[in-house]
Amino acid sequence: MGRLRTIARRSFLIGSVAVAGGVAFGAYMVRKPHDNPLEDMTAEGEATFNPWVMISPEKITLITPHADTGQGVVHMQALLLAEEMDLELGQYETDFGVPAPAYYNTALGAESAPFVTTDQSLMARGARSAMGALGKVIGLQGTGGSSSVPDSFHKLREAGAMARETLKLAAATKHGLSVTEVSTKSGAVILPDGTAVPYTALAGEAAKTTRVTDAVLKEASDWRLIGKSTQRNDIVSKSTGTQTYGIDLMAEGMVHAAVRLSPRRSAIKSFNDTAAKAMRGVTQILPVTNGVAVIADNTWRAFQAAEAIEIAWEDAPYPAEQDGHWAALEAAFDADFLDREWRADGDVEAALKGDRVEAEYRAPYVAHQPLEPLNALVTVTDDQVEVWTSHQMPRFLQQKVAAVTGHDSEQVVFHNQYGGGSFGHRLEFDNVTLASEIANQMRGTPVKLTLSREEDFATDYPRHIGMLRAQGAVAQGQVKALSMDIASTSAVRSQMGRVGVPVPGPDSQIPAGAWNAPYAIENFRLRAYAAPELAPVSSWRSVGASSAGFFLEGFLDEVIHAAGADPMEERLRLCNWDVARGVLEAVAEMSDWGTELAPNQGRGVAMVESFGVPTAEVVEVTNTQNGIRIDKVWVAADVGVIVDPVNFENNVQGGVVWALGHAINSEITYADGMAEQSNYHAAEGMRLYQTPQIMVRGLETNEAVRGIGEPPVPPAAPALANAIFAATGQRLREMPFYKHMDFI
Amino acid sequence: MKLKVNGTDHEVDVEEDMPLLWVLRDELGITGPKYGCGIAQCGACTVHMDGVAVRSCQVAAADVDGDITTIEGLGTPAAMHAVQEAWVEHQVAQCGYCQAGQIMQAASFLDLNPEPTDDQIDAAMSGNLCRCGTYVRIRAAVKTAATKMQEA
Repeated sequence: MGRLRTIARRSFLIGSVAVAGGVAFGAYMVRKPHDNPLEDMTAEGEATFNPWVMISPEKITLITPHADTGQGVVHMQALLLAEEMDLELGQYETDFGVPAPAYYNTALGAESAPFVTTDQSLMARGARSAMGALGKVIGLQGTGGSSSVPDSFHKLREAGAMARETLKLAAATKHGLSVTEVSTKSGAVILPDGTAVPYTALAGEAAKTTRVTDAVLKEASDWRLIGKSTQRNDIVSKSTGTQTYGIDLMAEGMVHAAVRLSPRRSAIKSFNDTAAKAMRGVTQILPVTNGVAVIADNTWRAFQAAEAIEIAWEDAPYPAEQDGHWAALEAAFDADFLDREWRADGDVEAALKGDRVEAEYRAPYVAHQPLEPLNALVTVTDDQVEVWTSHQMPRFLQQKVAAVTGHDSEQVVFHNQYGGGSFGHRLEFDNVTLASEIANQMRGTPVKLTLSREEDFATDYPRHIGMLRAQGAVAQGQVKALSMDIASTSAVRSQMGRVGVPVPGPDSQIPAGAWNAPYAIENFRLRAYAAPELAPVSSWRSVGASSAGFFLEGFLDEVIHAAGADPMEERLRLCNWDVARGVLEAVAEMSDWGTELAPNQGRGVAMVESFGVPTAEVVEVTNTQNGIRIDKVWVAADVGVIVDPVNFENNVQGGVVWALGHAINSEITYADGMAEQSNYHAAEGMRLYQTPQIMVRGLETNEAVRGIGEPPVPPAAPALANAIFAATGQRLREMPFYKHMDFI
Repeated sequence: MKLKVNGTDHEVDVEEDMPLLWVLRDELGITGPKYGCGIAQCGACTVHMDGVAVRSCQVAAADVDGDITTIEGLGTPAAMHAVQEAWVEHQVAQCGYCQAGQIMQAASFLDLNPEPTDDQIDAAMSGNLCRCGTYVRIRAAVKTAATKMQEA
């Protein structure tokens, strides 16, 4: 109760804004459904039932508005609709649809309410609901925060059920039957005599039929697709080179553009483009914000010419040298920068008076660098702007582009594309606004901007940097006290500042994964300090928990060791949430925790709850003569319902690889105001030969249905550090680990 | 200059040092080979030159010496190569952007080494980056493909 009161007293900045927003807009605005954007697109004889389902005499189209950057959400969204519509896989086409308020994300807002996942108090539920309502009122369409499944799970099944029941009613009306006499199967309404009437044959009738809005969802025991192993819709195209990405698009009369942008996010001091102008294929050199653009008839020629421009840049608006960034963080451990005290259980000061464990941890800037470099194809005419690229925030994109070209947001037509990875990178807008700046200077001509990998590295908004200063105390073989002070830059404020949306209240991502730890430690204090903006930063797969989760689970392991307790048993003893306990027990069993290993081997465990998903991981390493070899990783995560088990496993394995690779070898450091890492040779992540065996178990006891894109990331780095300690006796408190330890 | 890609002859007018990758993508409109790094670090641009995997971002146009096969020429959705079938069977892809390069690398490797050991697979495939981290499935798919090709 003590903790809850503290939170309630201090935290209502975000909550009260949301509540006030709901009140200001009125209950009517919150309840009123958004217009169905498909209404404008249906022709005579075609039917749309809601913003997600459209049927013509020729085909069934399912709208999957969440962006797919590899996590498989097109398949997931379509599968939820198909489940209730009694469609077979392959009986439909999918489309990302147009940006529209109807596609507002119900889960993204709710996640930002400052309550631990397990808190089901009236106040916590109220704040989550208010945040969700705010998302609806502002029509926040977005993909991120592992929210696609939570947003879609009920909404899309309801949409599918509504379409199914309306189709049944249409068929019954057409054939003079009662709706109770017909059923559905495999994309058709089945009449009493067994005749199967395909949905497509009912499009015209359905268009005239009153929508059935009280359709009943199927029981879980009747699911044909949810929870079953299915083949992803894009797996064949992605295995045969026939999947098209934004970077592959071509348009009649299109020109290729490349940019040279300030690696210091500053203005141009002087430049000389004489040589570049004379290069083959180069037609124009145009100014853009903090840089120049080269227009050419081939991407490579544009890259070459951009590189040939001599440019002197103004100074960076942040410390020129990396040491200055760390110094600013060190200075932020001060009452003036206190963002919020997130936990104040017991009496930490008193508990830390005797012997104590102390440590300092660091987590660096890290680049996103999905394999498809940022790009955008844009055509500007006087009447409209068309944009083709992969993006996670379609409606903000419209506003950003409109601000560049002087059009209204509604005149910006956005065609979302499958993305070649994102990891948070496609939440940013620079590629789109730059391409729009260029295309606006040559109206009528389609312009495809492709960032070279070097430009992409130089202008990436990396993960925030963070530091931990912590103390712990033990007694009677148990952890008694934990004090964690985290200083970090704020990814949320930096990112939303570029969108132009102010974020009131403390940034819950600074301590994410640590403050919400489902551990009942008698004396537990967590204070978050927000350093002023240094290098601008952004969301990086799992956001705050990617560093704060490392801090918590790395340091807790040290305190457990000081207590002389077993890392698994002590975590289980401290764990106060049965769902989290379940994942710990699962990895203990899977990994044969406690059994003997060779003297040069070690196991480490970590458990972090992020995005509502408790995830536990055990890593097993061998300390070879040439360095650490990661042998095996066991993962258990509880998402409530596993919609797609194959994709679940793939996402978990990928999240572990992502986290381990970057923990070992990747960071962005600044020198002379510029990122020192320019391509994958300097920040490569994991390669196949380093990849351990990864065993995955999904649990389904969580009360809420959750996403799995991010939760596998946070526990991996601390579990690895803890395993290395077990094998070598050396603690790794700073990522990337290769600075302190060799890996093979 | 002349080059043969996926069985079709082409003539292009490009600089001698334009990388094959950009000849394929921007001059011929063959977009299966991907641009990822431009410096042979990621392998997304991998194609075959006379059946052997090469990084097309590092092959200058003037150095093209042999028939080029891209992912589009290896197999099609209707008639997949054994490696592609294995990739589908294991549902390897997430974003899929690196997978054309991975598949071309694996096909060439298995052609040269039909019965690879696990260590040989690791060594042969480690030049291809996958940022989504599908390596566990890539390993399994290469093994499945090897078996399929042995049986064929």
